[in-house]
Amino acid sequence: MNTVVAPAAPAASAIPKASFDWKPVALLVGLMIAALPAVGSGSSWLTLTVAGLAMGMIVFIIASGLTLVFGLMDVLNFGHGVFIALGAFMATTVMGGMAVFADQGALQALAAIFCAMLVAMAVAGALGLAFERVIVRPVYGLHLKQILITMGGMIVGEEIIKVIWGPLQIALPLPAPLRGAFLIGEAAIEKYRVVAAAIGLVVFVVLAWTLARTKVGLLIRAGVQDREMVESLGYRIKRLFVGVFAAGSALAGLGGVMWGLYQQAVAPQIGAQVNVLIFIVIIIGGLGSTLGCFIGALLVGLLANYTGFLAPKVALFSNIALMVAILLWRPQGLYPVTNR
Amino acid sequence: MSAPLLELKGVHTRIGAYHILHGVDFAVPEGEVTMLLGRNGAGKTTTLRTIMGLWQASAGEILFRGQRLSGMATPDIAAGGIAYVPENMGIFTDLTVKENIVLAARSARHEGELDRTRLDWIFGLFPALQKFWLYPAGKLSGGQKQMLAVARAICEPRALLLIDEPSKGLAPSIIQNLISAFRALKADRTTILLVEQNFLMAKALGDRVAVMDDGRVVHTGAMAELAADTTLQQRLLGLSLGAHQ
Repeated sequence: MNTVVAPAAPAASAIPKASFDWKPVALLVGLMIAALPAVGSGSSWLTLTVAGLAMGMIVFIIASGLTLVFGLMDVLNFGHGVFIALGAFMATTVMGGMAVFADQGALQALAAIFCAMLVAMAVAGALGLAFERVIVRPVYGLHLKQILITMGGMIVGEEIIKVIWGPLQIALPLPAPLRGAFLIGEAAIEKYRVVAAAIGLVVFVVLAWTLARTKVGLLIRAGVQDREMVESLGYRIKRLFVGVFAAGSALAGLGGVMWGLYQQAVAPQIGAQVNVLIFIVIIIGGLGSTLGCFIGALLVGLLANYTGFLAPKVALFSNIALMVAILLWRPQGLYPVTNR
Repeated sequence: MSAPLLELKGVHTRIGAYHILHGVDFAVPEGEVTMLLGRNGAGKTTTLRTIMGLWQASAGEILFRGQRLSGMATPDIAAGGIAYVPENMGIFTDLTVKENIVLAARSARHEGELDRTRLDWIFGLFPALQKFWLYPAGKLSGGQKQMLAVARAICEPRALLLIDEPSKGLAPSIIQNLISAFRALKADRTTILLVEQNFLMAKALGDRVAVMDDGRVVHTGAMAELAADTTLQQRLLGLSLGAHQ
């Protein structure tokens, strides 16, 4: 190899800076600021904002796996909801078994929830592996068949859940130490919502760190843009996809636990109910974009809570209206993934 | 001529209903630059994609170091020591220049594990990549993207480089930079199979040449012979020499 002396490093001022697109973040902050005078009361606004952020974080946890699965392999998985439902039902079993322990104190309550989350993630992740192998793999590249077979898979999954846990709604009460609210002035902030927002933030940070700082994350981001080139560099993208599918399923299981505790009840149809919401979020965010998914989920959560308070009838279609408005502004979503 | 590193024997490729390659035969000698020339639609890109396993040959065999590549998956072919620079460059535009290089260096998990000497050598060939190291690759100019695409292929030692029309759409000054870089690779005895429409570039770099037409190789030989024979150029490539020389 002919070694050529590297040129001297250019002056820092000569190096162009990559600019971050702040507009979607500004939209989120703008929504929160605009809601303050509309709500009228600072305490109500704070309560609604924390509730919206918590809901958004849970939706993000559920949707993040789905957006990566679509981005990486172009797979439309309409069966994602079954992992949510499975996670939520696993939580009823684990939390039911630990109810006495969980009621002893805040730490015990958190430990019980943590156990339920771990079990739900493990079971949903394992089901995800089987789901990918049996249902998704035969229909790679066939969108219509993907929609039909993954929806069918979710229906089968729901029926199996009914066989195991019964067809009726099951209560999933919060452990006693997590019930009630913190009072900040006149604002009541539900304890569980703070916990949910914190867990969501941790998941986002871990996911963002993994995607930005690890080789696996680089491969995922590159694969979302150009699968063929990743393979041409010598990486087996299908193996990576199986891993992402399982991780996405595990995250959906985690989201199921959190959604179930948020609603304090679990029904076999919980997955189908949340499915629409998460598809709205990944479309708003830009298919395949994790940051877009995060901002989109927070927008959906906040808007649902603000409109629910200000105009309950508008809340019924606020998410669809938000999606239409975002797509009119940015047809590829808030943070479009280039090359798609 | 050196022993062939890569050999194609009667390779046929079908894409859907279309029969693109009709028995392609040629060899790429080790340590030399082989130019693959031909008119648009002759099957040059399909040949490279078939070698990489991106499209599977329906008949014939492809031998790399005597081992059959036909039927192997693309990642295995790449891991065997073949680097590919596609016509569209295949740059990951949302990733930075650094991240593109780290990704291409299979043995490196992060920037710190890149071969520093080799990286300095690449910066010497393509100084713009050092300047824009932390910049999203999508913001680079067309020429800089092409430099990044080539840099990715050479950031670790590879036995064979497959490069598809690197000069396409580039300004003459950028093409000169690329020619200089390829000359440095050639001096390093890197084996290259280069698809090119720019005959000046082909003449400047090629040791051997294979000319394709209608999915077949219609001429093989030394590049110098083709460069010296204007009648042959006219017949094989339809070149108007006044416009190219």
